[in-house]
Order: sequence, then C-alpha cells, then structure tokens
Amino acid sequence: MKRYTRDQMAARVARDIPEGAYVNLGIGLPTMVANHLPREREIFLHSENGLLGMGPAPAAGSEDPDLINAGKQPVTLLTGGAYFHHADSFAMMRGGHLDFCVLGAFQVSASGDLANWHTGAANAIPAVGGAMDLAIGAKRVFVMMDHQTKGGESKIVAHCTYPLTGVKCVNRIYTDLAVIDVTPEGLVVVETVDGLAFDELARITGVPLRRGSGMHTDSVLSST
Amino acid sequence: MIDKTVASTSAAVADIADGATVMIGGFGTAGMPSELIDALIEHGARDLTIVNNNAGNGEIGLAALLKAKRVRKMICSFPRQTDSYVFDALYHAGEIELELVPQGNLAERIRAAGAGIGAFFTPTAYGTPLAEGKETRVINGRGYVLEYPITADFALIKAEKGDRWGNLVYRKTARNFGPIMASAAKCAIAQVRKVVALGELDPEVIVTPGIFVQRVVKIDVADELSTPQAAA
Repeated sequence: MKRYTRDQMAARVARDIPEGAYVNLGIGLPTMVANHLPREREIFLHSENGLLGMGPAPAAGSEDPDLINAGKQPVTLLTGGAYFHHADSFAMMRGGHLDFCVLGAFQVSASGDLANWHTGAANAIPAVGGAMDLAIGAKRVFVMMDHQTKGGESKIVAHCTYPLTGVKCVNRIYTDLAVIDVTPEGLVVVETVDGLAFDELARITGVPLRRGSGMHTDSVLSST
Repeated sequence: MIDKTVASTSAAVADIADGATVMIGGFGTAGMPSELIDALIEHGARDLTIVNNNAGNGEIGLAALLKAKRVRKMICSFPRQTDSYVFDALYHAGEIELELVPQGNLAERIRAAGAGIGAFFTPTAYGTPLAEGKETRVINGRGYVLEYPITADFALIKAEKGDRWGNLVYRKTARNFGPIMASAAKCAIAQVRKVVALGELDPEVIVTPGIFVQRVVKIDVADELSTPQAAA
C-alpha cells in the first residue's frame, strides 16, 4: 500500500495554513511543516518559550544560545518578530489567539480526544510541557501522525487507552494514509492516499468513518 | 540612595534558608542564572523546593544543584530530556518529589502569585490525569480546572541589563520566566551582564520594573555573546 512520506504529510498540512495565520508547530514531526510553507505566504510562527515570527535555523556558527525554540534548538527571528515572557506566550495559546496548532499524537479518539504526552508506562518519568495548553488553546488543532502503530494497530480509536492530553479538542487528523475531519457527526474522510479505497481505509481504521462529500485521493502527490 | 546592587553572588543568596521555595528562571539553559545557582550550591541551603520549567541539563546549573542533593521537590512541566540524567536517577531512586504542571499552568500560576490572584479556572488539563483530585467547574459549557498560585521565598533570574533601582531588560528568548518569577517571589535576585546608570534604560522598554526586584548582581562574562559555543 502506498503511504505518504513525512515530507508529503508536512506539505499537505502546510497547504491548509493560509496567509496571516498565527501557528504553533509542535515538537517532532509537526516542525517539518515549516519547511513547506511557501515563502510568499506571510505566516506567523509562535514558539511557546517566547517568540512570534520565528525564522529558520541559523547558519552554522551563527547560533545564539539566547535564541531558541520550544525544542531548545537554535532559531532566528524574522524582521517584525517579537519576544515576550512565558505568561504572555501561553496567554496567546490559552486565550484562543492562535489560529492553528499542529501536534503529534499517540492516539486520537473518534470524538477528538487527544493522547500525546504519556504512554502510561509505570516507570516512565512524566513530562507534559505545553501539550495540554496547545490542545485546548488554538482555534483549530491539527494532529499529524502515522495512521497505525508499528504493530499495525490503528492510532485512531474509539476511546484512547493512553492518558489524555485534552478532551474533544482535535479538529483534523493528517496521517500517512488519509486526511480526516473530526466533526460532531463523527469522523469524515476528506481524502485518502493514491489508490486507497474508502472501504479499505475504514477496515484499517476500525472505527466508523464517513465519506466526505468531496472525498478524493492523491492530492499531495498531484500538488507537489 | 537606593542601591539594589549586591557585590557578589554569594552575598546575594546568603539568606536563603533550608526548606525555602526558590524559583529559578530559564528554559533549558536560555535564561538560566547559572552563577546564582553555583552560589546557592556553595551556600549550602538544603531541603529546597525548586520551581523551573525543566529539571536540569547535563551537570551544570540546576542539574548541579540536584546532584548536590539540595532539592526535596521539583515543580516543573518537562523534567524528562535527553540530558536530564541527574534528575532521572534521583526520581527513579525515590529521592526527589515531582509536581508535574502543564507549562501554561506553571506560567499562569506564577503570574497569579505575582498579581495577588487567589486561584483561577483554566481549561488546560480538564479531563486528563493532571486534573485528578482538583476542583472543576463547567462555565458556559466548557470544563475548567481550579488552579492555585505558586509563591516563592526567592527567585533567581537572569537578565541582560539592570540598574540600581532593579529595573531590568532581558535578551531574546532568555526572558522566558524572568518577569513573572520576579513578581511572584518575596525576594527576586537578578544576575545581569551589565549594570547601567539610572536613566540609561529607556523607560518605554523596561520589561521588569524595579518594584519586583530586590537584588541585582553583575556577572562578569567573557564576551559570551560572540562565542555562543562556549555558553551553549
């Protein structure tokens, strides 16, 4: 079965982020979305440690230990960008000022519950960071993840078995197989990877899916 | 004449008592007041409760304080990092208590302490394990969790410039928790790279007004900014 690569997934998410959007990209896979935002589109990247207007990584040798992102990697500030303290930074999130956040996930439930901070393993040291604030704060919450675990189980589930990050907070799921909206009427498939029929996706996913009205396939491959 | 500058880091932390709650600024190593932490280690206070976003990196700064076994409890949002092995070992050995707080709640609880707020309702963590045992309320159809302020006896923070009245400006993302911790602690101690004359900081851009700052200590840094590798 054909699957979107990580770059294709990132490009697909980037297509849904319009000019003028204020966006927080979570650590890990979502960070790759930045590489696919068109240069001519002005988009404001927020990093929760205290900057808006985040630019790309600096050239080797130009790193500044006082200018880092939430993943503690060196970054740059675009012209017009701003610094602020942590309470202001989280007010941007918690106060509903961010248009989008993109997060990784272990599981998403059919009702949009998100589990992405803890596996629940008994001896794991818990660490949450800003995940719970992002989950409830942005106007639209996008999740980007593999459709299945390495063992082949669907990561889209009826009920999350991992500890929750947020309740009914996810709006759209981008996987290596499909783009799926979380709606009050249930999960609606927007598109599938080239050659993957709706019925096969539904079988793999194992929770009820509905066919979106304009459902199509292969949009990433045809658009990039 | 009011002069909040203190001659040395050791003098600045000399009255931090055993059992104190100490906020330490910084996100990872950006904004971490390493010299003040070194002075605190030297000073010897123990049984401390430390508030920081993380739980130390490598064996410097906060990690060194943990390694010296001076900390009874950590209040933080993200202890587990690739280089947090000092904390990890203490945690697995049961030698340190952890209060895990979502990052925005950590910031807002610190801000609330500085602003005199008794408690606040926030949607963050509603319905998750981190809200277990906490008071909740549904307001306009949305679930909220009651959170209380985090106060502290001392705050150790790092700023770029300060003056003798305690006015501060910061540098880039090293600002992070500095301003809110300064307002939340009974005694805020700022280490700065430069002490400037009164009036030299533009009143329009002072980030932390001196009312929130009790002590300012100048740290001699060997041209840190032009050699970022050395400071990383």
